[in-house]
Amino acid sequence: MNETFDVAIVGAGPAGISAAITLANAGIKTVVVERGEYPGAKNMSGGVLYGHDLGQILPDFTKIPGFPIERNIIESRIWYLSKEAGISVGYRDSIFAGERKQNVFTVGRAKFDRWYADQARKKGALIVPATVVLDLIRENGRVTGVQTGRADGDIHAKVVLIADGVNSRLAVTAGFRPDVKPEHVALAVKEVIELAPEIIDQRFGVSDGNGVTTEILGAVAGGMDGVGVLYTNKASISLALGANLADFSKTKLKPYDLIETFKKHPMVAPLIAGGKSLEYTAHWLPEGGYDTMPKLYGDGYLIAGDSAMLFNAPHREGSNLAMLSGKMAADTIIEAMKTGDFSAKSLSAYNTKLSESKILQDMKKYRGFGGFLYDHKEIFETMPEIVQFGGRELLTVNAESKKTKQDKIIKKLRKDMGIPRFVRLMWSGFRAVK
Amino acid sequence: MKIEDKLFLDRFRVEEESHLKITDADKCKQCEDQPCLNLCPANVYRLEDGCIMVNYEGCLECGSCRIACPKLNIDWNYPRGGFGISHKFG
Ligand SMILES: Cc1cc2nc3c(=O)[nH]c(=O)nc-3n(C[C@H](O)[C@H](O)[C@H](O)COP(=O)(O)OP(=O)(O)OC[C@H]3O[C@@H](n4cnc5c(N)ncnc54)[C@H](O)[C@@H]3O)c2cc1C
Ligand code: SF4
Ligand code: SF4
Repeated sequence: MNETFDVAIVGAGPAGISAAITLANAGIKTVVVERGEYPGAKNMSGGVLYGHDLGQILPDFTKIPGFPIERNIIESRIWYLSKEAGISVGYRDSIFAGERKQNVFTVGRAKFDRWYADQARKKGALIVPATVVLDLIRENGRVTGVQTGRADGDIHAKVVLIADGVNSRLAVTAGFRPDVKPEHVALAVKEVIELAPEIIDQRFGVSDGNGVTTEILGAVAGGMDGVGVLYTNKASISLALGANLADFSKTKLKPYDLIETFKKHPMVAPLIAGGKSLEYTAHWLPEGGYDTMPKLYGDGYLIAGDSAMLFNAPHREGSNLAMLSGKMAADTIIEAMKTGDFSAKSLSAYNTKLSESKILQDMKKYRGFGGFLYDHKEIFETMPEIVQFGGRELLTVNAESKKTKQDKIIKKLRKDMGIPRFVRLMWSGFRAVK
Repeated sequence: MKIEDKLFLDRFRVEEESHLKITDADKCKQCEDQPCLNLCPANVYRLEDGCIMVNYEGCLECGSCRIACPKLNIDWNYPRGGFGISHKFG
């Protein structure tokens, strides 16, 4: 395919497709190259998407035929677990079933990404699946296209958008960033567990296509810096568990053993009981935050989404940052098309757009969050045990006075952790997100 | 549920040639922790007669072995376009 395009995009994930839709809408000749058999074939996430941000790219997306929503989320729960117990906090609001429907909803990425790519195709973008981009083509130091794994597979373009996700071989090969360090990503595994829609409705107290998300913190990954999620789909549950990759190396814990233990936790087991596993997948999450972001533009290229390490860990926002950054990259290209100037200087407008938006503002706000968790392993081991001890003391009715119980809990906190360390933990936690 | 059964749920289109290669088998023998044996979510790396075997057919393409190998001893590539795992749900 020795052909010339205005824009070549690497990767048909949320970032690449959002850019393709925006560019195709402006009548710009765009090609998207995707290594999977179809868009979404290689992609996995918890599956939460955000209506507001998707609406920036595809207004009225709910009215487009085949919109692959699983469930509309009306309640968000947070759990903090010890090995055998847990605390649960939830917020449910009828506004999310009515006026603010589709504020947050779940999807399966294999279906969503495919549908999303179809929207780009309908608007005129060319989507080329089953094709790996191996390298960038460069002339006089500027990027002028991509080299693919197909025979005659060079694609020339005025500008290239790198949207190939967190495991960006391309950005590394091209020297735009060093290879990812284990401590800057989490390795997550996921199982999709089939259950009848009525059973999901009953277990989560929902109806009419509504659902619940649960973020799970604490001792979920054998004491490693890890998190879990349990999200409702139409006729299945998404159960995922991730932990810092450097921790995996050190602890020698096996991801597939951890998810088996997780499935047996007394808070998790009743929700998935009787379910049948349909799929098992693995993927990284970019957790390094602001300080691990590469330079996002240069002569003839831009980087968006996960390959730019855009991820807001405490709010599990990644796909929407990918969508918005893809759109901003496209808007920058549309402006540059007017002058025909695709130099780094011209494309630096992309950085300005990102800085003025929530993307870089949130990335900066949570700059210290990943490091905070990584450096405070007590959150994943000692604290959950203290919480379990406290819960059991307070809720077991026996001959002891409440004062005695309270003293025992404080003594346990003193012994296992120390009050100053506890105060320091709270303080650095506050500073990491303030 | 065993890892073999988990992988049995997935759809793979297996390439004839492995996309994962150990660059220098001797380095593995000097590798103290051999983290690839534990952290790979698909149990691709297995020890047989003191040698690391690479069962690339079940690779979930996460990339972890490449960056976590302390000797950077794995020549890691994406499978050819359209090959490898294809998620049904994702
Ligand atoms: C367990 C887990 C749970 C998550 N939960 C959520 C959540 O609930 N909500 C949320 O918003 N985010 C979540 N995320 C994050 C979210 O999935 C990502 O932020 C998002 O997918 C990033 O989009 P992207 O387009 O940048 O990259 P991707 O979605 O990774 O897309 C990149 C695409 O590029 C293709 N590609 C890669 N290399 C090449 C190449 N060389 N040639 C051709 N094609 C290539 C890939 O096949 C892929 O299709 C989660 C992630 C994980 C792992
Ligand atoms: S981690 Fe690397 S060097 Fe060590 S055994 Fe595995 S492949 Fe060999
Ligand atoms: S890429 Fe991931 S799944 Fe594949 S062999 Fe390496 S660690 Fe295992």
